[in-house]
Amino acid sequence: MSLTQGAPLLDRGTADTPDRERGRGSEDAPRGRRRDRDRRHRGKKASPAMFLVILPFLVLVLVFSYLPLAGWATAFYDYKPALGLSGSDFVGFQWFRMLVSSPTQLQQIGQVMANTLAMSFLGIATSLLPVFFAMLLNEIRAPWFKNAVQTLTTLPNFISWVLVYMIAFSLFSTSGLVNSVLNDWGIITTPIKFLDTGEHVWLTMLLWSLWKGLGWGAIMYLAAITSIDPALYESARIDGAGRFQLMRYITFPQLMPTYVVLLVLSIANMLNNGMEQYYVFQNAFNKEHIQVLDLYVYNIGITGNSLSMATALGMLKSVISVVLLVTANAIAKRARGTSII
Amino acid sequence: MSITSPALKRTRGDFPFAIVNYAGFLLFALLCAYPFYFLIINSISANDMSALGQVRLWPEGFHLSNYTQILQLDGLSAAAIVSVARTVIGTACTVLASAFLGFMFTQERMWKRSLWYRLVIFTMYFSAGLIPMYITMKTLGLTNSFWVYILPAIVQPFNIILVKTYVESMPASLQEAAEIDGAGTLRVFFRIILPNMTPILATVAIFTAVAQWNSFQDTLLYITDQKLYSLQYLLYTYTNQASSLAQAAQNAQGNLGALATAATTQTPTSIRMTVAVLVVLPILFIYPLFQRYFVKGIMLGAVKG
Repeated sequence: MSLTQGAPLLDRGTADTPDRERGRGSEDAPRGRRRDRDRRHRGKKASPAMFLVILPFLVLVLVFSYLPLAGWATAFYDYKPALGLSGSDFVGFQWFRMLVSSPTQLQQIGQVMANTLAMSFLGIATSLLPVFFAMLLNEIRAPWFKNAVQTLTTLPNFISWVLVYMIAFSLFSTSGLVNSVLNDWGIITTPIKFLDTGEHVWLTMLLWSLWKGLGWGAIMYLAAITSIDPALYESARIDGAGRFQLMRYITFPQLMPTYVVLLVLSIANMLNNGMEQYYVFQNAFNKEHIQVLDLYVYNIGITGNSLSMATALGMLKSVISVVLLVTANAIAKRARGTSII
Repeated sequence: MSITSPALKRTRGDFPFAIVNYAGFLLFALLCAYPFYFLIINSISANDMSALGQVRLWPEGFHLSNYTQILQLDGLSAAAIVSVARTVIGTACTVLASAFLGFMFTQERMWKRSLWYRLVIFTMYFSAGLIPMYITMKTLGLTNSFWVYILPAIVQPFNIILVKTYVESMPASLQEAAEIDGAGTLRVFFRIILPNMTPILATVAIFTAVAQWNSFQDTLLYITDQKLYSLQYLLYTYTNQASSLAQAAQNAQGNLGALATAATTQTPTSIRMTVAVLVVLPILFIYPLFQRYFVKGIMLGAVKG
């Protein structure tokens, strides 16, 4: 949903909680593990009235989260919006086959997958940057400077992609600031097309995500640094460790558990780039390299009007994503003993 | 806390390192801040200067008439009202629902409590996808309705987890005492629990409000009626569709032509900049004030690594 995309880190951050929940509240949990809050209700009868007051909210959840799953049926019909599902023809797996039928279609899907995976891997490849950002910012001694940097660098995280695009447009369009400065300085005579080009699209998209997310991404690590046991630093110092050795042998390893969890989650989210960033930056020149899976689904479904095929593709994506998430969770569980979702 | 205590002996590499470190952060902070400054100075500069890209470091030919003129653009005040309304109503609904559900899910007596709780939380991990959502909204008659901004966003599993964890950390005796005095569950919620969880609700509210204000995709997907466009969507069309912008500039001309001079005549650039500032200003104002809530929000959700 669009609302959760406002704070992607937050989504990932949810991590532990539901799992903790699973062990605790469930009715079959061993009595001894229950906390005193639970004890006082022991023996009281289950209350249907309490269920009734939350029922309206459960209905909302059913309608907006579970009911849309029924829409997956669309993938198996030749869906015509005007006729509804009952008036459309059942076509079985036709749309799934069509996704890989012709060489052109196959080539297009291949390009979309390449874009999707490339953007995700670039994101994963740069995922250590917030860690370094936090470690270096922590070395700044002047508190006012540290605070100012923190405020200014986290600000871009709270503006929409539309606004980011608007900023990109004002600065980098052919009549934008950068071109007019370069022109005034006599470096160029014809404006450079920074936005209307199919070159370096993956890289520029990465840079914009970094501009938007780097400062905010570091916040969690900054907070994690403050919770590192000072005794570790004390003893390392007594052993003669200098600043860089402290960073390398104490701070960095202490941040790794947090980092690994976020890394595993981002691997699990590999196919979910979201479409907003790519939609706003999309144009006729860069379309080939900017179309990630989410955007492609939108483009063929809403713009191109083939709702059924888009549903088929979206359905495949959802299923693979859930499998990835469950797998990542299982791996994390083996490695650290606790699950991450 | 600081890990670099004064007792730490300074090594020879320290000074150059500090210089590079400060300079690096200064550069990146400027890189983050300058675009916002650029929008603001351009929106208050002479419009013929800003159109030529000559406003770079400070305002040239200061004037504020863009802001009075922009409000007369077709659709802009409507979009502003939609954006404010969805932010206020949406935030109020989400905060109240999160508070209520977060509390109710701590009530062990609820019939099949953990089943309902899991039903809600599970929705964080899958999505039916774009097209099924679109078809659902259309079937429900929510396309081209203001409520598409509000209803789907009311139940937010993540917020519910935050509130629930918070309520569980409150002393259980708080509720017990009230119940002994004869208060029912709802009364306990409104009189005892709700007033005691303002810190967590502030965090939820601030994140929800920013998400609502910034939301663009729902307008793109579900709304074709221009009266229901949000400011974000309007800004997108102004930035990306030269035709709609030229139209807007022309309309502004028609309304105000008699009074305009070269410096105050609306240009595509001036309209774009001014709308962008309107869109970003609320964020610029609330962000520094509420920064600690944002940080707290992410920490509450953070992985306890």
